[in-house]
Amino acid sequence: MNIHEYQGKQLFSRFGVNVLENRVAKTGEEAAKAFDELGGSVAVVKAQIHAGGRGKGTFIENADQHGVQLVKSAEEAKTAAANMIGNLLVTIQTGPEGKQVNQVIVEAGCDIDRELYLGIVLDRESKMPVLMCSQEGGVEIEKVAHETPEKIFKEIFDPAQGIESYQVRGLCKKLGITGKSVFAADKFFKKLCRMYVDTDCSLLEINPLVVTKDGQLVALDAKINFDSNALYRQKDVLEMRDLTEEEESEVRAANSGLSYVKLEGNIGCLVNGAGLAMGTMDIIKLHGGQPANFLDVGGGAKTEQVTEAFRIILSDKNVKAVLVNIFGGIMKCSTIAEAVVAAAKTVGFEVPLVVRLEGTEVEAGRKILEESDVELISATDLDDAARKVVATLA
Amino acid sequence: MSILINKDTKVICQGITGSVGEFHTKGCLEYGTKMVGGVTPGKGGQTVQGLPVFDTVDEAVEQTGADATMIFVPPPFAADAMLEAIAARIPVVIAVTEGVPVLDMVRVYRAAKEAGVVLVGPNCPGVITAEECKIGIMPGYIHKKGPVGIMSRSGTLTYEAVWQTSTLGLGQTTCVGLGGDPIVGTSFIDVLQMFQDDDETEAIMMIGEIGGTAEEEAAAYVKEHITKPVASFIAGVTAPPGKRMGHAGAIISGGKGTAAEKIAALEAAGIEVAQSPADLGAAMKRAIDKA
Repeated sequence: MNIHEYQGKQLFSRFGVNVLENRVAKTGEEAAKAFDELGGSVAVVKAQIHAGGRGKGTFIENADQHGVQLVKSAEEAKTAAANMIGNLLVTIQTGPEGKQVNQVIVEAGCDIDRELYLGIVLDRESKMPVLMCSQEGGVEIEKVAHETPEKIFKEIFDPAQGIESYQVRGLCKKLGITGKSVFAADKFFKKLCRMYVDTDCSLLEINPLVVTKDGQLVALDAKINFDSNALYRQKDVLEMRDLTEEEESEVRAANSGLSYVKLEGNIGCLVNGAGLAMGTMDIIKLHGGQPANFLDVGGGAKTEQVTEAFRIILSDKNVKAVLVNIFGGIMKCSTIAEAVVAAAKTVGFEVPLVVRLEGTEVEAGRKILEESDVELISATDLDDAARKVVATLA
Repeated sequence: MSILINKDTKVICQGITGSVGEFHTKGCLEYGTKMVGGVTPGKGGQTVQGLPVFDTVDEAVEQTGADATMIFVPPPFAADAMLEAIAARIPVVIAVTEGVPVLDMVRVYRAAKEAGVVLVGPNCPGVITAEECKIGIMPGYIHKKGPVGIMSRSGTLTYEAVWQTSTLGLGQTTCVGLGGDPIVGTSFIDVLQMFQDDDETEAIMMIGEIGGTAEEEAAAYVKEHITKPVASFIAGVTAPPGKRMGHAGAIISGGKGTAAEKIAALEAAGIEVAQSPADLGAAMKRAIDKA
């Protein structure tokens, strides 16, 4: 789960991590008022969407307006905010259709000495969280990681203990942080590691992390993702969820315990298991088709959930055929068969349906389908299924 | 021989009184697994599927001599259940539960390594030694005794590999579902070495997917240490970057973990790579014939 920058900064404040004073604004007037309240001679207006690359991104409605803008008066703040709010911001991460901006933050300026990068993620090799930082702040860190990995410094830490002071001192040495800023960094890094653990983050990124002219460390940005498996114990975080930022059909699927990702093709897929669902997408493509989605119904789904899965797949207007590929383990083939019959009654299949069943209760499943009057094409194995579903579109 | 489990393995089920735990305990019993009991805190003294239920893992081990456990405890309590089994020094701990928070697994992983316990999973289908012992949720009937050892990050793709190797008349020794989470107790490399050391296993099938670098590490290991023929498949060639494909571990982020990178690493290590999930059995056969 992702949150907005302003929400990330609220969490930072709660954990004692330095941020600049800021206000959220939903109209140009609110932005002007925020500028006056902050009381400085400059401020920054930043569009709030979940995607990154906002500074370079521009609006569909106004190609001259970027998603981040420095302003020097209340009037400028008002204009910038009004240009952003309600409009579609296109960045490298949003796709060409862009994302609607519903709010901006107006943030006080500061005297920047240096811009750094800081990120905390899970290191899958050591199976521990790792704090990474680099002097190359403010730019695309993926590029740095790819081209000059030696410029990224890492320290793994124990979630129970957090990062140790000697580790922070070591990082400071490599980053060129000196004097009293080392003490500031010690506090700052430790609080961030605490927050990463206490709120079950899966990614915590500050780019840029700035060292101010008076030696303080300040988080100028906040990009935070949370482990969705841990949301049951993170009520405060869950309240920050902004469903307007997520694909509607994906939210609907998640509510039914389904894992769904919308794609660009026209063959809807209903599969059990993430690996097999990916494999099914791959084999459709291998046979010249294009998958319309990834959909894993999971192991414990009941008939109603599987029926909902069909509804979601069929609500995608691009879908011209559906492939059901089930290898029953926890999932019983009979449950899938019942759901196919139920979906045929309640939703209706107006597109060809290819079904391949194998595994737990396969005989019972096949019998249910044979005895129903649902029109379908049955397939004997994965290859046969992919070939048949692609052929329906020929 | 086989690896991890065999016809003599005595198994308990943690979470046996839940509907899923009971359903699969029944399935394991029907397969012929020596199920000897179950554990659910607060429900000691009950019987499920004719098996005694204990309050603690310690008690269950003491009373039954169990040397493996399968865990169906819900996610908020799953880490604790794994830690309890590890503390009781059960040699093989198999966690089927899906949805365990990853930071919980940081703790559990280290506890398992320190105790020298083999933890498989979480979020995995389990482990099966064909026609001897099934611990987990896989459909038993697709397995046939034979020379192929199978290991996989994905549950249902494992079934696909099993089904295809069975249909081709190859059959399996042991199949290990490693699990689809970012942190799992047992890696490809751990199982590769077990298969290499096992006399009955003549060939190895490795089913991977996008995300992380486990397949690349395994490929390097195969090149250095494995003399048996190896075939592989990577799911997710068509997966777009930045989108989590169901499994918490299956995500291409920062340009890392793509199927293309993994396939290149596998091929460089001399591994036969299946181009399609329908080609798993045939790829294994090609690898065996080449050797």
